[in-house]
Amino acid sequence: MASPRAMDIVRVSATSTANADVQFKDEVVKLIDVSRCIGCKACQAACIEWNDRHEVVGTFDASYDNPTDLTPDMWTLMRFTEYENPSTGNLEWLIRKDGCMHCADPGCLKACPAPGAIVQYSNGIVDFVADNCIGCGYCVKGCPFNIPRISKTEGKAHKCTLCSDRVAVGQGPACAKACPTHAIVFGTTDEMLAHADGRITDLKSRGFDNAGLYNPPGVAGTHVMYVLHHADKPEIYAGLAKDPRISPLVQLWKGVTKYTGLAAIAGAVIVAFVHHVVNGPNRVTRSDEENARRLVDEENRT
Amino acid sequence: MSSSVHTVRETDATAAQGAPTTTVDRYTTGARINHWVTAICLVLLAISGLALFHPSLYFLTNLFGGGEITRIIHPWIGVVLFFSFAGLFLRFWKLNLWKAEDGTWMRRIRDVLTAHDENLPELGKYNAGQKIVFWGMAIFIIILICSGLIIWDRYFSSYFSLDTQRVALLIHSGIAILAILLWITHVYAAIWVRGTFRGMIRGNVTGGWAWRYHRKWLREEAAKPRDTTTSHYH
Amino acid sequence: MTNSWTDIRNTDLVVVMGGNAAEAHPCGFKWVTEAKANRGAKLIVVDPRFTRTASVADFYAPIRPGTDIAFLFGVINHCIQNNKVQWDYVNSFTNAAYLVKEGYSYKDGLFSGYDESKRDYDRSSWEYEIGDDGYARKDTSLQNPRCVWNLLKEHVSVFTPDMVSRICGTPKDKFEKIAAMIAETSAPDKAMTSMYALGWTQHSKGSQNIRAMAMLQLILGNIGLRGGGMNALRGHSNIQGLTDIGLMSNLIPGYLVLPVDSEPDFNSYISKRAFKPLEPDQMSYWQNYKKFFVSFQKSMFGPAATADNDWAYQWLPKLDVGSYDMLRAFELMHQGKMNGYVCQGVNPLLSAPNRKKITEALSKLKFLVTIDPLDTETSRFWDNQGAFNDVDTKSIQTEVFQLPSTCFAEEDGSLVNSSRWLQWHFAGGDPPGDAKHDTWIMAQIFTRLRDMYQKDGGAVPDPVVKLHWPYKDPNDPLPDELAKELNGYVIESVKDPNDPSKLLLEAGKQVAGFGVLRDDGTTAAGCWIYSGCYTEDGNQMARRDNFDPDDAGFYPKWTFSWPANRRIMYNRASADINGKAWDSNRKVIEWNGSAWAGYDVPDIVPSAKPNVVGPFIMNQEGVGRLWVRNTMRDGPFPAHYEPFESPIANPVAPNIKGNPACRVFPEDLAAFADTASKEFPYVGTSYRLTEHFHFWTKHVWVNAMLQPEFFVEISEELGREKNIGNGSWVRVWSKRGSVQAKAYVTKRIKPITVDGKPVHIIGVPLHWGFTGQAKKGYGPNSLTPFVGDANSETPEFKAFLLNIEPISGPTV
Repeated sequence: MASPRAMDIVRVSATSTANADVQFKDEVVKLIDVSRCIGCKACQAACIEWNDRHEVVGTFDASYDNPTDLTPDMWTLMRFTEYENPSTGNLEWLIRKDGCMHCADPGCLKACPAPGAIVQYSNGIVDFVADNCIGCGYCVKGCPFNIPRISKTEGKAHKCTLCSDRVAVGQGPACAKACPTHAIVFGTTDEMLAHADGRITDLKSRGFDNAGLYNPPGVAGTHVMYVLHHADKPEIYAGLAKDPRISPLVQLWKGVTKYTGLAAIAGAVIVAFVHHVVNGPNRVTRSDEENARRLVDEENRT
Repeated sequence: MSSSVHTVRETDATAAQGAPTTTVDRYTTGARINHWVTAICLVLLAISGLALFHPSLYFLTNLFGGGEITRIIHPWIGVVLFFSFAGLFLRFWKLNLWKAEDGTWMRRIRDVLTAHDENLPELGKYNAGQKIVFWGMAIFIIILICSGLIIWDRYFSSYFSLDTQRVALLIHSGIAILAILLWITHVYAAIWVRGTFRGMIRGNVTGGWAWRYHRKWLREEAAKPRDTTTSHYH
Repeated sequence: MTNSWTDIRNTDLVVVMGGNAAEAHPCGFKWVTEAKANRGAKLIVVDPRFTRTASVADFYAPIRPGTDIAFLFGVINHCIQNNKVQWDYVNSFTNAAYLVKEGYSYKDGLFSGYDESKRDYDRSSWEYEIGDDGYARKDTSLQNPRCVWNLLKEHVSVFTPDMVSRICGTPKDKFEKIAAMIAETSAPDKAMTSMYALGWTQHSKGSQNIRAMAMLQLILGNIGLRGGGMNALRGHSNIQGLTDIGLMSNLIPGYLVLPVDSEPDFNSYISKRAFKPLEPDQMSYWQNYKKFFVSFQKSMFGPAATADNDWAYQWLPKLDVGSYDMLRAFELMHQGKMNGYVCQGVNPLLSAPNRKKITEALSKLKFLVTIDPLDTETSRFWDNQGAFNDVDTKSIQTEVFQLPSTCFAEEDGSLVNSSRWLQWHFAGGDPPGDAKHDTWIMAQIFTRLRDMYQKDGGAVPDPVVKLHWPYKDPNDPLPDELAKELNGYVIESVKDPNDPSKLLLEAGKQVAGFGVLRDDGTTAAGCWIYSGCYTEDGNQMARRDNFDPDDAGFYPKWTFSWPANRRIMYNRASADINGKAWDSNRKVIEWNGSAWAGYDVPDIVPSAKPNVVGPFIMNQEGVGRLWVRNTMRDGPFPAHYEPFESPIANPVAPNIKGNPACRVFPEDLAAFADTASKEFPYVGTSYRLTEHFHFWTKHVWVNAMLQPEFFVEISEELGREKNIGNGSWVRVWSKRGSVQAKAYVTKRIKPITVDGKPVHIIGVPLHWGFTGQAKKGYGPNSLTPFVGDANSETPEFKAFLLNIEPISGPTV
């Protein structure tokens, strides 16, 4: 990561004209090797320090997950799972660093109604642009990984930026820099895939037959990938989605509904207009008025 | 209960003949305020909702002072709408109960659309179309307020699962479209049937209007005893 | 550490036992992950809890707190029984063949010479047989029943896998698997590293825990090798520096010892420390003791230390007891015999055992001075904080002086890490408020005291008045000045005896290393083992060249590693008796026909022929000690002793409670729970969490946010038994105190079967108190017993007895 990275924008939220023909270039990947992670939370500390956020001191809540969830200030979180492996009978303490996966096909971007609030760079990083964000929370619903969080004080959505500011000047993300065991590494996609291969071979040699890479095709791959000991069961890692894809509900909403809805409204207006042109106004006639008066007078007489 | 039927010397074209015109009170001041508050809310909601619904309409957020303010006020307007519409509902729900003649009216919809009102049965204060709008809006607004609360990120979303929120979002936008369609029908009907707006603006309609469209209602009103103190000739 | 952090990447097998490297030393632990990733190394974790280290281990086994010696003896027994011994190494480099005197015995948990009334041994029977030539006698055939090897064999024979499982609660199959994995490293080209920390030291037999592993490592031939060694992971960034510089009550810098009152004059002191070799032609490095001692005295007292006054020997205090360690200090305070306490960079209200006693002791002081960058609980011990510090403020008359000092990031200086590397660092910012450097504070106190002694005299004014204080600004000694003093300098030029026209040493120059220090007053050195850290070539500690030939992991130009910039101690043992590396791929040094050469600085004279000088030059016999003679208070071998509070009687010595050689104050003995107590049926253990550093980082909001609140950990089984839900409130108490916490009901602690009965473990992390950013809480020291290791007096924080019950909520 010596040289600054090209950061051309290839996708922009709520911009109908763009996004048809996305060309990635010099893609980057943050690879999280769960099998090397010791859950020290240095990544969390580095993240919050580099991004100058401030999370409040919470309470102990029956696990080592602190804060207990991702927040508008804590963009990455170690999630701890005590897993008793049924095939070996051994306890495994699975520790997964949660955060934005930087999907190649980002659901947040698809759901976002504010033009330019979410952008995707040619290197694959999906970034939130606070100035354009309106804080509606649609990205939260669009995300297949439940990552973005809305700040109540700022009214803005926040999530991991993959340190796009650092990457732009040729540095890796802060979490990777801080990781003492190199469980988090960062580089080009090719480099990271090769590195992951080596790690998976090592894990298989240690008896993890299902070790593998988590790079889910349902979102066209991610720019944050995991090496998992049990790649066949991602859900045991604190509910990592087994086959993540943008929710069909969101697809329906941002697809058919969006277009047919507007079409129906336009159609209704047109039908009304045509009806009026064809039939002319429906007017009350003089005889109607006279009939009415007669009726009233009759009633008065009785 | 005194009759809302009055004989007035109209100053408008109809009255130029010199003959006094009959008017019928259709909406009290309270009802009209209630209606227009609801109407304004609905329009604002439609505009702000559409602005956040389709990127090509996002420019509409400028009417509210930007996307963020649009996002903030939309649900609050929704709350106002809910209570405002609840007022309308309480006022009118009885009058909107389905009657036998409504079926007839519906079967003769062709006559309705071609303005052959003479072929239609005598109607009470509301015709079947209006009743459909009334009940449709009531149902849609309940659905919209419920789904809207679920996706109201600031206060309520955290109580619901993401999938519930996604369902709510889809329902909210779908129903909102239907509500807008219903609203278009409602407004167009009011435009097409001349003399209708007056009921919601001045509070009364001409006797002829009542005779033509809601004769049963007119008969009922006329049958009520006159309150001479409120009867007035101008 | 015998080796260095960076060398751990060279290992084949990492055994983390008595420590939790991933959590307590996450940065250093990177070298374990490197070894795993690049060498295919395996990681074994043995711990009462399934720790974050265990989460990345290849094999984990549980163990009951305080039973490590039984486990390790089981492994040694396994190696002996299965002939998994690196014989060439054992024969050449250990004292296996040495004969022990007649009269030595071990029976029912006691070694010969025990005096119950003193809780101490007469250690004279623990010596070698010395031949007429003055050298130790050996039987290289290992046939003599009194040779160390046979004594050891006998000593560990009771620790069969069944016995290990019975004592430790480790399932037998798991123990056997680990023993077999460890035994594989007896191959000459395999190396195992032992990484341990407070999990071994904070026991009443802490030193012997470490001894047991050191013995195993000698048997496997793993000391001196790349990827081998005994690697103590030090708890503070500079705790290695603390011991190096002699901040123990019985030490002076460089592991020299303070005189005792049976050494009334210099001769009686120094003659005891002749360290005559026990092998012909052997190098016994401590023979230079006098040079180091005199150089230290010259550094302390400058021109006032002369040959005539025995180098100011009489100005040193003479200990009347073994040590004035922290436990004794608080005992004396508690008895009202110690009235003032200067507490610099330590927080005993939370870090000394039996908090109730600590509070009472501090309350009896006339004055307490705290010098700390943080607002410690100790400096606020008088402050009523409800349940968190339930004291009667009005009744406490102690005058407290709280002096704010600077933290490491606000000052220049060096920290000595676990690798023995003296790493210079530079101030990163200015201290806040009125905070002052510790050196400035000490200088202020010293100069004022000196002025008072000069003006008013006193009983013994000389040690203060004549202290050498040569700093440019006497009120503010600079880190560089102090570092140069520690390195040592030449006071008077020394001529080359063979060529008087040449100077061996030139007055005023920094010494290049401890090899040139002299006992005639011509050199001074504040800490001989640091000699070489700040030479005429400049500050060697500030070097930042990560040059590493052949990626061997030595980094010889990175900072300075004591002694003599040596990166692996006992590196002579990395090669066989003929000087050839045991593993040609992991050479350290080799004999090239005329000299020792390689990646590291040899610990023997480079020209010393192989087969003559042994690798363990700090021992008089030059070999590694399976048998430590009289150097440890509680036995020449380790022995399995139960913790002072134990759920069972000692299966191998049922009549012995705890470690029989431990010093226990009478009042504290009464405050121990009974063995197999029904009142306190659960085993407690304390530990650190990775999110925090001791009691410091709770003052930092980032760390406080990452682990905000005190909790205790229990098994799901105990949770069910006591009706305690995950995250619910509990009260936990020992015979000494009580704490309230949320319970973490976890799969990571499991009940174990010990001596046929189930034993539950309660984990009590430290880090919380009543000052700082985190939620208020308690430390485990509210619960732990007031007793320390027999040799180091490190308190027994890792094994004690508790009870637990659910409560509806905390009392505040």
